[in-house]
Amino acid sequence: MSVRDFFIKLSKIDRKYIYLIILIGLIIPLVFPPNFPQKMSPQVKRVFEFIDTLPKGSYVILSADYDPSVAPEVHPMYKAVVKHCILRGIIPIGMTLGVQGAGLAVEAFTEAERVLGARRDTDYVFLGYQAGGAVVILGLGEDIKGVYKTDYFGTKTTEIYALKPVKNYKDIALVISFSGSSIPVTWAVYAYTKYGVKVAAAVTGVSAGDFYPYIQAGQFIGMLAGMKAAAEYEYAVNQILKERNIREKPSTDAIRMMDANSIGQLLIILFIIIGNIGYFLSRRRK
Amino acid sequence: MILRVMLLFLFISPPKVFSPDGTGKKLTIVMNIPDTLRTQITTLNLLRECSDGKLDTLNILPFLKTYTDNELDYRKEYRYKILAYSNGNLIYESEWSEYARPTAKWFDKGKLPLFIVMMVFTIIMIFYIAQARANKPLYLRPIAGLEAVNEAIGRATEMGRPIIYINGLTGISDIATIAALNILSHVTKRAGQFETRIVVPCYDPVVYTIAREIVKEAYTTIGRPDLFNPDDVYFATDSQFGYAAHVAARMVREQSATNFFMGYYFAESLILSETGASTGAIQVAGTDSVAQLPFFVVTCDYTLIGEELYAASAYLSREPLLTGTIKAQDLAKLLLVIIMVLLSLLSLFNVNITLGLF
Amino acid sequence: MRHLFEKQIPLALVFIIGIIMTIQYFVPHPTSQNVYDTSLMWSRAISSMAYVMAIISFLRFHTKRLKNKNYAPYSLVAILSFTAMVLIGFIGGTAKDSLFQKIYENMMVPLQATTFSLLAFYMSSAAYRAFRIRGVEATVLMITAFIVIFGTTTIGNYVPKMNEIVEWIMAVPNLASKRGIIIGVGLGVVATSIKIILGIERNWVGG
Repeated sequence: MSVRDFFIKLSKIDRKYIYLIILIGLIIPLVFPPNFPQKMSPQVKRVFEFIDTLPKGSYVILSADYDPSVAPEVHPMYKAVVKHCILRGIIPIGMTLGVQGAGLAVEAFTEAERVLGARRDTDYVFLGYQAGGAVVILGLGEDIKGVYKTDYFGTKTTEIYALKPVKNYKDIALVISFSGSSIPVTWAVYAYTKYGVKVAAAVTGVSAGDFYPYIQAGQFIGMLAGMKAAAEYEYAVNQILKERNIREKPSTDAIRMMDANSIGQLLIILFIIIGNIGYFLSRRRK
Repeated sequence: MILRVMLLFLFISPPKVFSPDGTGKKLTIVMNIPDTLRTQITTLNLLRECSDGKLDTLNILPFLKTYTDNELDYRKEYRYKILAYSNGNLIYESEWSEYARPTAKWFDKGKLPLFIVMMVFTIIMIFYIAQARANKPLYLRPIAGLEAVNEAIGRATEMGRPIIYINGLTGISDIATIAALNILSHVTKRAGQFETRIVVPCYDPVVYTIAREIVKEAYTTIGRPDLFNPDDVYFATDSQFGYAAHVAARMVREQSATNFFMGYYFAESLILSETGASTGAIQVAGTDSVAQLPFFVVTCDYTLIGEELYAASAYLSREPLLTGTIKAQDLAKLLLVIIMVLLSLLSLFNVNITLGLF
Repeated sequence: MRHLFEKQIPLALVFIIGIIMTIQYFVPHPTSQNVYDTSLMWSRAISSMAYVMAIISFLRFHTKRLKNKNYAPYSLVAILSFTAMVLIGFIGGTAKDSLFQKIYENMMVPLQATTFSLLAFYMSSAAYRAFRIRGVEATVLMITAFIVIFGTTTIGNYVPKMNEIVEWIMAVPNLASKRGIIIGVGLGVVATSIKIILGIERNWVGG
């Protein structure tokens, strides 16, 4: 069989074999993670470098405005950013505008306690859920402790050591809204436009396209979009953990999934190339 | 200390109350509490007195400067008083505000631009309907997907295999579903003329009842009520992926010759269309779901994009009244594009006019 | 008589209610809001009745299929599952820790996830079949898809300017065409609604 015939036959391959190859291509990296190095894309780099260059003792609000349905993409981002803040001596103030986000955010902070020995109310604060959406965002611009009288665990916010120097957005370096919907836009409209606090978005890949105009307008300083951004951020944080010789096994959820994702996509590209070669060769023959 | 407290009372006015909209149910209360006092407040209450004497206490977030009271009665009047507490101690009590009544309006002025646009659009439609009635020929550009409907039905007839028609995964309140049902009527009439079986698995119960009547009526209109089989138009399930699995299985088992996907779809669109493609069926899709259009474009032979779905009924029937409305739609779109381009150009010169429309 | 009840009365009802609801949208008065709330209640009541008819259709469809040996096993499972869930729901309730919820979480949810995961495979076979250089538009489609797919892999970050190109494609042509379609759809929705209210479009009532 000539090379030409081989490609023509390959371009007409039964879809069962395509499915089989995709199945193998997705399973192997999930079972035997290759841990490809993840180079940072520009948007992720903007957010990462912003946090990385903040002075020690700065405050960052991390709003977990997502629910379990988008957790596979967004939750690894939240965990990675929490760890990044604590590693750099920045105090993350966790909160959420949606009830379901609270449980997920607590999990992220609990992991930070386990891996980094972070102390609640000293190295991080978790305020929990507050109903009101835009009203809460506006209220934080006036008085954070007025909006949250107690934190998620029932401690009075006036008595939390880490929150003593904080009054409102003037004391906050950055707000990141983690969401599967358009809540980051609400943060940009109310927090950035009215109070001037810097805002970034961490969203699913599917919804990322809708937020580019806000980045171009300067309302977001950067964006973490989808599994790829989660993997890049996670990888960068794991590099910091490695530098600090932290023994605890680092989180690789997003990296593993992105590796499988990348291999799947590369296989699709390969199939497209093979399909086109076979198509051209068969046309030439005619 | 006493002088300080007296001074505080001098500078704090009673809350201002006004009606924010015309729904007759809301009043907005503006509280002018000084920042120095606000930092001490742990509990903030609003005392509400109704004109019938009823007194209520509303507990509100201490940092709020304005509060909107909902679910009021437009036939009554209300007044408010601020009560501020610090750790259980009353530190401030304002004077009663003036009585205010939630305004109930008969027209929302904020929607006036929308009303004007709607009237302009309706006038354009009536104009073109009149043109169509006067038998003036109206040109419609060829839409490949709609030209192919006859071909698709013919293929099913030749192969002796059924047509599967899907109305989308939203309810009857979605206009895309109504558009899909309109096309179903046409397709059923044409299929009935060739005695080709049409199967309509439905996702929504209300859509099922309507689709059933449409198919039955379509067969009756062409003089073939005997062709109607009640088991061919049925309710499958209202679980998204359960429905996708059922329809996909049906396509594979019955080897349908033609598949129509009309209406609004979600993530299951690719499962349906790719399964249909694997059986070798000719597929025509039409949806206004922007996220699913790429999947249909890639897997189906013909795709109606966005408004082409809404134009389909006019296109297939060629009724003058319906074609007239298509022309009206096109003119309205042209006007909109002209306005957007003009306003964009003006904004380049820092002239920002929105006409209250944008 | 049949024509009156099956065509004229429905068309008249749609016209009257359509005009009322259009006016209702522009009138904020509480009376108008009450009309809206009442109409929502009515539509919920109608939907409930439609569910009864739908369930009858479902059971009838699968009962008839029991006679066909190709479809009988699947239809039997459908009928038994339906009956079992109805009985479990009525007897044990549908509260958070009930058997009903446990079956839903441990059977329905994984089944839904499994069907959803078919998308990964279908996407690859669809891409393989569709992205061929057949003409100008197909070539542009293929090249764009190629760039975006490659740009969103891990390796894509190592290709210079790839991220910027992908971002530009998503933020400019993609978003622009999406917005154009949305504008067209909006006009189509308004036009179709007016046609139905005015009785110009009559296919839904049988032509």
